[in-house]
Amino acid sequence: MIYLIYLIIFGFFLTALIGLFASWVDRKVTARVQYRVGPPVLQPLIDLVKLLGKETMVPKGASKFSFLAAPLLGLGSVILVSTILWFNCLNPQRTFIGDIIVVVYLLVLPSLSIIIGGFASANPLASIGSSREMKLVLSYELPFLLAILVPVIQGGFTLRLGEILTYQVQNGVILGSWSGFLAFLVILMCVQAKLALVPFDIPEAETEIVGGPLIEYSGTPLAVYKLMKNMLLFVLPFFIMILFMGGFRLSGAHWINGILKYLGLVALITVIRNTNPRVRIDQAMRFFWGPMTILAMMAVFLALKGL
Amino acid sequence: MGKRTIVPIGPYHPLQEEPEFFTLTVDGETVIDIDVQIGYNHRGIEKLSERKTFDQSTFAVERICGICSTSHPYAYTRAIEDVIGLEVPLRAKYIRTIIAEGERIHSHLLWLGLAGHFLGYNTVYMWAWKLREEILDVMEILSGNRNNYAMFKPGGVRRDIKKEDIPGVIKKIDSIIPTLEMLKKAVIDDPVLHARTKGVGVLTKEEAINFCALGPTARASGIARDLRKDCPYGAYDRLNWDIIVTDNGDVFDKAVVRILETFQSIDMVKRCLLSLPDTEIDANIKNIPPGEGIGQIEAPRGECFHYVKSDGTNRPARHKIRAPTFMNLPTYKATVVGETISDATIILAAIDPCYCCTERMAVVNQKGKKLYNGEDLVRLSQAKTEKIKSRGGKFAARTKGIK
Repeated sequence: MIYLIYLIIFGFFLTALIGLFASWVDRKVTARVQYRVGPPVLQPLIDLVKLLGKETMVPKGASKFSFLAAPLLGLGSVILVSTILWFNCLNPQRTFIGDIIVVVYLLVLPSLSIIIGGFASANPLASIGSSREMKLVLSYELPFLLAILVPVIQGGFTLRLGEILTYQVQNGVILGSWSGFLAFLVILMCVQAKLALVPFDIPEAETEIVGGPLIEYSGTPLAVYKLMKNMLLFVLPFFIMILFMGGFRLSGAHWINGILKYLGLVALITVIRNTNPRVRIDQAMRFFWGPMTILAMMAVFLALKGL
Repeated sequence: MGKRTIVPIGPYHPLQEEPEFFTLTVDGETVIDIDVQIGYNHRGIEKLSERKTFDQSTFAVERICGICSTSHPYAYTRAIEDVIGLEVPLRAKYIRTIIAEGERIHSHLLWLGLAGHFLGYNTVYMWAWKLREEILDVMEILSGNRNNYAMFKPGGVRRDIKKEDIPGVIKKIDSIIPTLEMLKKAVIDDPVLHARTKGVGVLTKEEAINFCALGPTARASGIARDLRKDCPYGAYDRLNWDIIVTDNGDVFDKAVVRILETFQSIDMVKRCLLSLPDTEIDANIKNIPPGEGIGQIEAPRGECFHYVKSDGTNRPARHKIRAPTFMNLPTYKATVVGETISDATIILAAIDPCYCCTERMAVVNQKGKKLYNGEDLVRLSQAKTEKIKSRGGKFAARTKGIK
């Protein structure tokens, strides 16, 4: 029963609310950087509600089931990840072994759902977008996993997020160590790609392939995708926070600290996306398989040395 | 070769704001052929011009394009002056040069912003357009209009530049230079932008010559071709300046040429304003004799060409217009083929295409709720110009009002 409450309250509602707020922060900061006014706080929610009320169109020749199921798959996985993360933060002792592996697996599903949706929509631009997304997933997963290895090693070869958190409570945040810092840089870039933000918004590239996989989506499925992206904007920084920055604790003044850490991460992601042009897919692959993988390997090596 | 896919760009596509249709034949992500289809915007302005008097046609050709709204009347009036064999008064030449260079500044900034947008770099987009607003304000102080300045008439200019406006204008222009320098650094020194634009869409010198490329497109490929130098008009032979040429012909070089030209134009405007000669501004043409005339000027995108034939009446018997984009379009065959789809979009934009220039059409939309009549609009416009003038040279005054 308690799990169901976590799933609904923390996993869905709270995450969605924070995600929508984070997307507002992102849009507002972007606007101010660009000499614009920016939207009001409720704008992301208004967009979502408006989209929910629009007609859902399924293109001719599309595979109807996969076309409509793909967004739900993505949203479902994000909710599950978020539930696991919240549960870990609030009850670090009661988690199961290997939850970090489950989280990593589930975090691939949003990208996978976009790939499925794009291919199912029978549009050449969507297919190009999907194949780009596939290449992007292949390129960032390796450094992403290597970077996650660092907290795992530092926490004493544990596969439980709870133990990583307890380790950080006792020994200070992992970001403070050399290996942790390098791994943090790598994972920040990977998160930028996972969120499909500039410079890695290659799969969606509005001015090239008109939104890519999302081109044929409208109404509710599009709203689900947007919600999924907004929730990812909470879940991924939250995941980084747990792994590298000591997570989020409710005791004492720690919750203010947690909020500041989260907003700082969102601001960092926003700044990266506003100070870079989009790269090409081959450049992105070279970037992740070259410098990022090497950096992540160095971080793992340092972590094994105990630095 | 495997199965070929066709990727359509257009007729309506977020890449460009005008309707145009590129059919990219692709193999995987590589473009193996391109077909360009334009003509969605044809307005028959040449015919229209032949039904209007010489004076009215000046305004008709001004509306060919919102960005080159000086280049077309400039070339047209020069064609008429060529028919008569008339030398325009010196002050009019200077004023024409100021307006034409002001147009070049705002046009290049507009392109820079759009190029940033196409590369997903929206910060550059917004910053360049913000700076462009300041230049548009300068143009409004000088001419009374943000665009479509209506400064030109056969034989001279329609408005003088007041002495008391000049210090404010120069202050305003000076105030944007630091921000522009910053933008220049952000674009020219950015390693990621280098990765995206260097060696992409290369137009070699031979290809540029064979395709008759014009303007910055040709100058980026190492061809020192600029009408302002080759057959000087206006005040250009009195200003000391050099043609900006780069050698590589890729997208990056096209950007560099335009950014450097922006600085050059700012310098030219300032020097012209400071050395305005004290003569008449109008030669007061009464009749236009039968004959033919050609007017060429260097528009921001390249050579703008007008041909006017007069039969002694008060209307052109034939009026032919060739916009620079018409000549730059075919270079796509050399630059886009062999590149990827991601690069194709920025290469398509790199010639600074202006299809409405090439095709010429205007739409009057009367669906708005409140319809202003001519007098209302003139009053509103004049009130706004006064407001800008009273602000003086303050940069970024606009952002304060939009909290």
